[in-house]
Amino acid sequence: MSADEILRIKGLKKYFKTTRGIVKAVDDVSFSVMKNETFGLVGESGSGKSTVGHVIMGIYGPTAGSITFMGEDISMGVDRRPKELKKRLQIVFQDPASSLNPRRTIGQILELPLRVHHLVADADYAGKVLEIMDLIELPREFAVRYPGEQGGGEKQAVAIGRALATGPSFIVLDEPTSALDVSIQAKIINMLMRFQKDFKLSYLFITHNLSLMRNVAQRVAIMYLGKIVETADTPEFFSNPLHPYTKMLLSAVPVITREEEALKPEKIVSTGEIAGALSVPPGCSFHPRCPFAMDRCSKVVPVLTEYKRAHHVACHLYPSAFTESDSRREDSRAGSPTRSH
Amino acid sequence: MAEQLLDVKDLHVNFKVYEGLLRVLNGVYLSVGAKEKVGIIGESGCGKTTTMKTIMRILAANAIVASGTIAYKGIDVLNLGRQEQMRLHRTSMSMIFQDPTAALNPVFKIGEQLEDIVRYSEFTSKAPSKQEVRTKAVELLKNAALPEPERILDSYPFQLSGGMRQRVCIAMSLASAKDLLIADEPGTSLDVTIEDQIMRLLKQIVEERGLSVILISHSIGAVKGFVTKLYVMYAGTMVEEAPTEELFSNPVHPYTQNLLKAVPKLSGGGVPEGIAGRIPSYLTITDGCRFASRCRSAKERCHTDAPPAFDIGNGHRVACFLYGDT
Repeated sequence: MSADEILRIKGLKKYFKTTRGIVKAVDDVSFSVMKNETFGLVGESGSGKSTVGHVIMGIYGPTAGSITFMGEDISMGVDRRPKELKKRLQIVFQDPASSLNPRRTIGQILELPLRVHHLVADADYAGKVLEIMDLIELPREFAVRYPGEQGGGEKQAVAIGRALATGPSFIVLDEPTSALDVSIQAKIINMLMRFQKDFKLSYLFITHNLSLMRNVAQRVAIMYLGKIVETADTPEFFSNPLHPYTKMLLSAVPVITREEEALKPEKIVSTGEIAGALSVPPGCSFHPRCPFAMDRCSKVVPVLTEYKRAHHVACHLYPSAFTESDSRREDSRAGSPTRSH
Repeated sequence: MAEQLLDVKDLHVNFKVYEGLLRVLNGVYLSVGAKEKVGIIGESGCGKTTTMKTIMRILAANAIVASGTIAYKGIDVLNLGRQEQMRLHRTSMSMIFQDPTAALNPVFKIGEQLEDIVRYSEFTSKAPSKQEVRTKAVELLKNAALPEPERILDSYPFQLSGGMRQRVCIAMSLASAKDLLIADEPGTSLDVTIEDQIMRLLKQIVEERGLSVILISHSIGAVKGFVTKLYVMYAGTMVEEAPTEELFSNPVHPYTQNLLKAVPKLSGGGVPEGIAGRIPSYLTITDGCRFASRCRSAKERCHTDAPPAFDIGNGHRVACFLYGDT
């Protein structure tokens, strides 16, 4: 693990047992997040992107694979994690209406993490809460109000304030602005970017919004049915997308300016739908929707390989010597898209 | 100017609630020509859906249409009796809602729900036979690009994916929309690739059948590729109206300008700035421009007088004192 890495995930798997079979929500995912970096995880609903975030937080333990955070192994469930660790890892959920307790005032919500972790002396709780409220730009009188009375933007600011209260170094942002209008989204994102700089935070930014990702993330990974299919630095990713699924996603993004239109790859018309997690197609799971699908796509699972420098893709259109020999094995493993420094 | 199909003028709609009166729609206007594609953009809670529900006459029981007129093909929609209003819905206009899961009844098969609509869509005295209804239903599903229509008719909504459910809703609306189709955020609850498919399907159907469309969305990009004329709504008022190209190349209302700037761009350029503040409460709303409290260019009179819509040429109308004075 290099000194710049804050989080490394290797061969992460999360399977869920259901009455109708095993759901492979996350199937062999590897990546690492650098210090002070925003790593973007993009995918459609059902791609497993949120599950990755939840496993990192320890909401449930992984089925296989390892998670290393600042050099320590943290691949255990939340009940076995030391309290000290929980302080340094935080999460902001998509819907603040359901992630904030409606029966607690905003002040009480912000105070709880301080109490749990004994961060300030008992007498100083109120002062610290007001400090956090100034930080998230909420008027101080909101401390005695309930989240239900507030707008979506204010509620999400409270959720962010709660995550910041413990002084974390890594925050999972699970679609933090999907439930908000664009004008509010812009404000929340600006706030997050400012906190990242001020408090030296690393973000795992989970979203389905590619336009947003372009503007916030340094590196982007695309997930499809539990696997990462492409990952690269943001400028490279958007100027030179390789995977047909990435191209399909990009050409489906609604845009409003001519510069954006020019950035779209040759139109790959979107067809079909993401398969159910119970019936993942064999071989490359994207092949039923892929306009370039070949014979082998339905038989051999493509491996994530470094096609260009720091640009990994899992697709038979971009073969390399490594892929050829390796993919014949049944248990093809994804390479680690670690950025080479 | 194309032949007029729908003309909404000076619509005021209020809602009676426990705390008092919510003054939501305030002088909304809208006109749709035959075969015209019109879009309405604006943030959530700005009255887009309320306007559509008023046109469809499906407002909640606590709504009061205080004033205004809605003329549809010359008919005064607001003063129609129940029978005539139902005839209109069965034979001429229809609406697609945002959430197909909520729009479909979970305890009936798709076939039962779709066939009911087909059965009553003609409004003739002669009841169609079971076989005729079934054939029509299959044809509608095929038009909505659904594979295996027979199997879908025998499925319950939960057995279909979100995209398929929305296609079923489109099929349902096609049974009765002969002139006007209202699409209220048809792709918002779907994934971006599926939304793309749904929007392309809608566009194709609308153009084939020569329907007029009102497309509502807060996804500005999705509307841009679809409509020829755009209205921008803010807090129950129409703040700007212009042909699509004109609106994007020359937005004039401060709200529209900020809204367009707030959209993150695929071409990068950093995180856009948002609009400070929020939509004012409809309970305590005052006279004057409803955007004034969030507007950087607001002058004194903006807080006291409501700006009328000024015509600034090229079919461009804007409700802002920066562009006219009366």
